[in-house]
Amino acid sequence: MAHITIQDVRKSYAKTEVVHGVSLEVQSGEFVVILGPSGCGKSTLLRMIAGLESISSGEILIAGKVVNDLEPHQRGCAMVFQNYALYPHMTVADNIGYGLKVAGLPLAARNAKVAAVAASVGLTEFLDRRPGQLSGGQRQRVAMARAIVREPAVFLFDEPLSNLDAKLRVQMRHEIRRIHNQISATSVFVTHDQAEGMTLADRLVVMNKGVIEQVGTPEEIYHAPASVYVGGFIGSPAMNFMGGMVSPNQACVALENGSRIEIPQALATAHAGQLVQIGLRPEALSLVPAGMGAFDATFDFFEELGPTRLYHFQFEDLMIAALASDKPPVQVGQPMGLKIAPEAVHLFAADTGKRLEATQKAAQPVMV
Amino acid sequence: MIERTPILNIATHAILVFGLLFLLLPMYLVIVAASHSLQDVVAVPPNLLPGDQLWINLQAAWAKGHLGERFVTTFVVAIGVMTGKIVLSCITAFGIVFFDHRLKMPIFWLIFITLMLPLEVRIVPTYAVAANAFLPFQTLLDLSGITWVINALSGVEVKLEWNLLNSYAGLIMPLVATATGTFLYRQFFLTIPEELVEAAKMDGAGPLRFLWDVLIPLSRTNIAALATIMFVYAWNQYLWPLLVVTDQSYAMIAVELSRLVPKFSATGGEVPKWHIAMAGTLIVMLPPIVVVVAMQRWFVRGLINTDK
Repeated sequence: MAHITIQDVRKSYAKTEVVHGVSLEVQSGEFVVILGPSGCGKSTLLRMIAGLESISSGEILIAGKVVNDLEPHQRGCAMVFQNYALYPHMTVADNIGYGLKVAGLPLAARNAKVAAVAASVGLTEFLDRRPGQLSGGQRQRVAMARAIVREPAVFLFDEPLSNLDAKLRVQMRHEIRRIHNQISATSVFVTHDQAEGMTLADRLVVMNKGVIEQVGTPEEIYHAPASVYVGGFIGSPAMNFMGGMVSPNQACVALENGSRIEIPQALATAHAGQLVQIGLRPEALSLVPAGMGAFDATFDFFEELGPTRLYHFQFEDLMIAALASDKPPVQVGQPMGLKIAPEAVHLFAADTGKRLEATQKAAQPVMV
Repeated sequence: MIERTPILNIATHAILVFGLLFLLLPMYLVIVAASHSLQDVVAVPPNLLPGDQLWINLQAAWAKGHLGERFVTTFVVAIGVMTGKIVLSCITAFGIVFFDHRLKMPIFWLIFITLMLPLEVRIVPTYAVAANAFLPFQTLLDLSGITWVINALSGVEVKLEWNLLNSYAGLIMPLVATATGTFLYRQFFLTIPEELVEAAKMDGAGPLRFLWDVLIPLSRTNIAALATIMFVYAWNQYLWPLLVVTDQSYAMIAVELSRLVPKFSATGGEVPKWHIAMAGTLIVMLPPIVVVVAMQRWFVRGLINTDK
């Protein structure tokens, strides 16, 4: 049980800064997923919490105590590594119990704990095997058991599922969530897989290029992405973007070719005349006959997904994707209308890429 | 081998068999010569089949060369070199690979350069150091003027001396201080994944604990390979023991063997006792062969590094 406070933490290698002043609060017992593409600094941040990387500036507190200068094992963290990092020459039991052995726990107590934890992750019959004799999923379990057995206050996961095949990944995802609910340690989970992030997280942290783009529940992040980056990163298939200008009179965004996409009146009034990027989720678009929708696009091809189909359209020089369940109503190369509800349109400032809200002006500091 | 044709197979096997015969022939001749009486050995044409005098010749060689005593000396030195080498190269490679410090690469290259300077090349300075292991320090003191200062102040003449001639330390230490083992260990340690090091850190294992609990068990095959090489290397040492040892009780077996091989000038025109010399050779060869055969499985695995 420990909350984590990260205050303006930076990390530089020689002259290159890779984490640019990150601040984050993780509540006790919370499951936080840090999501971002490779090289965004998410693993570095996790490793700074663990104590495997030094902190260039800023502070990290675990349970209210500054841990900047503490050794990894003094921080009360346990970590599950991407490649499991099991000791190849030790049996499963020795792997799980090694931390306890180093801590000087007597053999009998150690064995009892190892047996209990192994049972909880279904490894009892494998205790005498070496890691080399286990499958990927079993190794993953050993890595988890090794972390659990130390009864950590903070559980750190560094892309633990990325070496597993798709089916096993989903299964282990459930298992991780189950274990979290059982032991209720504070968990920080790093991944580049948005499905993992969305499904596991109590709160999701989206990182890009060494800064946090957005923090929120998976629902908030999906429905109200804070920037073009988050909008494009979260959601599969990815959000469609188009450039245009807000025209308050008709409550719409005028695209360059003259098409108009309706948006709520309040939003249009708040940002009248502004150059914007609009974000349209493929699942929010519906197909209508040409001329009936907000804009017309040329049907290119579609992908069969089973329950739905993913349609691809050509619009000006953009590719537009739309999810729909009906059969292709027109031939390839024919125009089709695309329609979207005004509330489903995401609006971002063209220059900063930040999300625009109707009430945003009010949130800004008032000059006296 | 990618190509698989019968002709190529036959050709490669022929080359292998030829190589084997080429290597085994001298050994065979040693055995033949060691199993005949003096007259038969020097007979023309030479005998190419083993005789019946082997046991008698072995006994004669054993007694004449004091091989019993030499065996003890040589075993002590070989085991000493082997152990010292394993320990030294393990900890130096550990320091070079797992710790980040500014002198890491310079130190590695300094060690590496010694590969180009084997004992035979630097035998004179090494002898000087062995004659007085404190010589480098004495030189430093003399050059820096400290000797003079101490002498002027207290009237005491500083003369450091630690003579390693005619001692096991003198025989062993110069043979231990070489780069081969360090290099072998370094290459192995570099294959250890970084995450394993980090996992040990998370488990709270300090560097020495990690070395003992993880690295050493993982490098068992490397240790076996290095032990084999070093044992044979030390066992066969000739030049250094010849130089550093004048007291016969420290003489090593290869040096003794050279004394069994008769020099014409020393025999005073007598026919050289080749059969005894060859019998001695057989005895001296035996321990390295036993070690290599016993360790062969580990040895090969250690050098090709597949035990992971």
